Amino acid sequence: MLMLEQRPQPSKTMLYLTPVMAVLATMLVGGMLFWAMGIDPFRAIYLLFVDPFVDSYNLSQLFVKASPLILIAMGLSIGFRAGVWNIGAEGQFIIGAICGGAVGLALWGSTGWWILPLMALAAALGGALWGLIPAVLKIKFNANEILVSLMLVYVAGNLLAEMVQGVLRAPDGMGFPESRNLGRNDPTALPDVFPALGIDAGGVVMLILLAMAFFLLQKHALGFQIKLTGDSPRAARFAGVKPGVIIAVCLGISGAAAGLAGMFELTGAAGKLTIDFPLGYGFTAIIVAFLGRLNPVGILLAGVVLAGTYIGGENAQFMLQLPAAAVTVFQGMMLFFLLGFEILINYRVKRMRRAV
Amino acid sequence: MSVLLDIQGLSKSYPGVKANDDVSFQIQEGEIHALLGENGAGKSTLVKMIYGLVRPDSGTMVLNGEKFAPPKPFFARQKGVSMVFQHFSLFEALTVAENITLGMDVAPNRKELSAQIRKVSNEYGLPLDPDRLIGDLSVGERQRVEIIRCLLQDPRLLIMDEPTSVLTPQEVDTLFGTLRKLSENGVAILYISHKLDEIKALCDHATVLRMGKVVDTCIPANETARSMAEMMIGGELEIHAATEFTPGAEALRVEDLNLASKDPFGTSLKNVSFTLRKGEILGIGGVAGNGQDEILAALSGEEKVTPETILLGGKAIGGDGPNARREKGLLSAPEERLGHAAAPMMTLTQNAFLTGRIRKNLAPNGVINHRKTTGFAEEIVKKFDVRTPGVHVAAKALSGGNLQKFVIGREVLQSPEVLVVNQPTWGVDAAAAASIRQALRQLAVSGAAVIVISQDLDELMEISDTFAVLAEGRLSKPQPSDGLSIEEIGLMMGGDLEVANHVDA
Amino acid sequence: MDFSSLNAVAMIVLLIGAATPILLAAIGELVVEKSGVLNLGVEGMMIIGAVTGFIAATTTGSPMLGFVGGAIGGAVVSMLFAFLTQYLLSNQVATGLALTMFGLGMAALIGRNYNGIKPPRAERLDVPGLSDFPILGELLFSHDPIIYFSIVLVFAVWWFLNRSRAGLVLRACGENHDAAHSLGYNVQLIRFGAIMFGGACAGLGGAYVSLIRVPQWTEGMTAGVGWIALAIVVFASWKPWRVILGAYMFGGITILQLSLQALGISISGAYLSMTPYVVTIVVLVIMSADRKRASLNAPACLGRSFHASH
Repeated sequence: MLMLEQRPQPSKTMLYLTPVMAVLATMLVGGMLFWAMGIDPFRAIYLLFVDPFVDSYNLSQLFVKASPLILIAMGLSIGFRAGVWNIGAEGQFIIGAICGGAVGLALWGSTGWWILPLMALAAALGGALWGLIPAVLKIKFNANEILVSLMLVYVAGNLLAEMVQGVLRAPDGMGFPESRNLGRNDPTALPDVFPALGIDAGGVVMLILLAMAFFLLQKHALGFQIKLTGDSPRAARFAGVKPGVIIAVCLGISGAAAGLAGMFELTGAAGKLTIDFPLGYGFTAIIVAFLGRLNPVGILLAGVVLAGTYIGGENAQFMLQLPAAAVTVFQGMMLFFLLGFEILINYRVKRMRRAV
Repeated sequence: MSVLLDIQGLSKSYPGVKANDDVSFQIQEGEIHALLGENGAGKSTLVKMIYGLVRPDSGTMVLNGEKFAPPKPFFARQKGVSMVFQHFSLFEALTVAENITLGMDVAPNRKELSAQIRKVSNEYGLPLDPDRLIGDLSVGERQRVEIIRCLLQDPRLLIMDEPTSVLTPQEVDTLFGTLRKLSENGVAILYISHKLDEIKALCDHATVLRMGKVVDTCIPANETARSMAEMMIGGELEIHAATEFTPGAEALRVEDLNLASKDPFGTSLKNVSFTLRKGEILGIGGVAGNGQDEILAALSGEEKVTPETILLGGKAIGGDGPNARREKGLLSAPEERLGHAAAPMMTLTQNAFLTGRIRKNLAPNGVINHRKTTGFAEEIVKKFDVRTPGVHVAAKALSGGNLQKFVIGREVLQSPEVLVVNQPTWGVDAAAAASIRQALRQLAVSGAAVIVISQDLDELMEISDTFAVLAEGRLSKPQPSDGLSIEEIGLMMGGDLEVANHVDA
Repeated sequence: MDFSSLNAVAMIVLLIGAATPILLAAIGELVVEKSGVLNLGVEGMMIIGAVTGFIAATTTGSPMLGFVGGAIGGAVVSMLFAFLTQYLLSNQVATGLALTMFGLGMAALIGRNYNGIKPPRAERLDVPGLSDFPILGELLFSHDPIIYFSIVLVFAVWWFLNRSRAGLVLRACGENHDAAHSLGYNVQLIRFGAIMFGGACAGLGGAYVSLIRVPQWTEGMTAGVGWIALAIVVFASWKPWRVILGAYMFGGITILQLSLQALGISISGAYLSMTPYVVTIVVLVIMSADRKRASLNAPACLGRSFHASH
């Protein structure tokens, strides 16, 4: 009989190995799923996991997808470390885009280097405030932040619908529910920095923020307090940590990061606000955060892997008629495997002799 | 009398430890049999094997002439073996009757059960209301629920694991009455304890365990507490001489402290007042759940109170949080080591930072000085003899005693003005307990004031200069520990503060 | 404005229809949470139930088999969650999220060839004689069988939790899993069963959406109903009969905002569409604000992993 035996000390090896195992297991089981659907599994796996990193066109798209995922996941991971479950990043992403977009549209016709930073500031602020709603309700009224932040995704989605039909609708758009194209307007278009990998100004900001997150978690007392709260809320109180502050900081940071990602998406890849603007990055970023072990470096790698599945998935759609939903299944499966393998960090599998 | 349970050669090993090694003894029908030994001697493992919670590696048991090897508690209960645990298996949000039902394999319907509970509990002098919530009961009453749960199943053998550690002396008397009555009715009792006076007063036979082996047997009535202690420890017993205590200036004054408990089943503090002087060790006794956690939280700063109710060196600090108090010299060590005093998954270095940050200046400008923090952790490990492969291991990897030494060492090495500790030696082996007490003693000698909250009266009598009791959230007036009788303490613990204050007068 | 088109009786009938999926999912989740498990995957299990129920109904031509198919689909997918959280001790919050994401993707994948098909109609179960009664007949005796079933189910859950020994054991696992274990109960198995029951209820609720409420299959059609069901459990303070109250209240809000949109009143449709979600937040805030009461009502071990140490 197989038994689980607690390790005296969490295994560092397993900590780093389990995400790799999860990706491999997903390839294996996902390949079997494709095979069952009548799709060549080897070709599909190649398209999803190899092709995005070797083909030069695909490479030029890599960080277009990876940057928002990594940026959002970075913010979320700080909260997850503290046991603060913001799962409404999708909503904060939308609000960031609306706020940043509104500033850009209000300044339509003006020029100047300061417009984009101002839009970014508005987006970060908007996202942070949207994230602070569940924080305040949690601190003041003990309301579950998971449910509140999620409900706010639907509210934000409706708000976006209202905006693109109303105040933010393009005046010359013939009544279509969409805004002017900020991506085709020089002062509001995000400049490219390293097009070969799809890194634009947003990608650079993302990398800088990621480095700051690394510093916060590894070197700063606030990062220590965040990790302590996640490990043991009672010990954190004993160490003088104010739980309310941690909740607000975590939801504020993750909201700001998601908001920023929304504005970068708007001024970069999307160009304009439409009802279909949200692509689910806010949810996929949850997977990125876990797959990256809530660690900034890990998140960078995980973000790249997940971005690859998006790009490869799109290619596989028209090359192999792979249904769009298959990629979502794939991503969900990856998280399942990861969570399942995680037990190997704290436990080891032991063969038990039946006692006589 | 005939043999009820015959145990032959039971052994059980865990990785690194032989918990039981070739244990053999017999229990007669209707006798009260003591299982005596220090913490870690293997008593708990042994009874868990009898009750079917743990499977022995080798050895046999014969119950009533039949081979007895329960794979699960259910089978043990079927054969008439019941057990009252040291840590109760009760459900706070359920009623007494529901709790009892859950512990019975075949339960009668509600009405009938309630009637039975009333009848049996009165018969044995342990009255219980079946409809009350467990969360609203005192610890002593909760133990009654456990006992009644066993009794309703007509056991032949009742195992009791350290039953008196949570009771007031008066409650202990009641319990002993019940146990003697059961014994007269033919129920055998296996009584686990390390309290020698109790065993002498109650038990017919005793089996002494040391390091997993049976080292001796005796008839307690024919022994002295001292001779039994020597069997248990395996050497001559040293008796500590009380140290001289010369009180210094006032270190801490608490005046009319009130704190409403946030836990729905917690105890609120009511008008707690005392004064603590430099060099003094104040022992606070009392049964668990009478406000111990709350008084620690109020003193550590986890719960803020009216500023003027706590004065440290004359300054009002009741409104300060934990770190502000640390800065001013008031440190504390809560009861629960893992998950309160220390974060389980974090390394010893990180746990050293947890409270050491302020006084040791480990994070100037918010940036953690890793070298200095590691140095502090290593100092604790070295000076307090914490057995660990290194300071990089997680707190949860340490044994209870070693982690406790770490926690106490962490606070002591920050040279506090006042140190408050709750249950400093709970579940800690004898050697570690002695070194922890020694460290607290030394701290007081060096001029700091110390508060020791504990449920172990012997410990408090050994270590404290002054003594007070916490009962239902009220604190008796502290008085010199010398010359207090166990009866007086007992009445104080039962909540009779009038006696407590009368003693003082 | 013309309010005459707002027929009260018709609206109540619609309300019950809108409330039933929430009611089913919530009563299932209530049992799960009473056993000490927080399964945030309700939305995922519902959408799987919606698609498997839809496929079962269209393939067999029987709406009843469709409901059975939905319940089975929900229960099967919940086993993933149960296995991971109970035997591999994974974090319940993260695993619940994974279940929702996986379920949404999987449902879209399974159902990709079923878009735009009409399912077989579920007949209303008119109680002979009584259903012809004016107003009351339409209100009480003229619904589809699942609506009656959902009410019976709530009563059955109440009876199970408060009157049966098995229900007591289940609650005991939720209150103190260590104590339940030391009394000899198999906490993991009991929780596994509770999770599967929750999955079946959510799946049934999902099938109700795709077979009766809408009725057709579209991706993501549950639109957050599973999350609202989670909030309803909090609103109900873990008491079965209050789940009915909560679900019907939300059904009412949904129908009211839809009717107002149909009337074309001056409030924009997008704002009306967000009301159920906003109301959910408000209700959560109100029910959670009294911390002491909230902590008394919630199962003490909710969301905590259990591993037997001996």
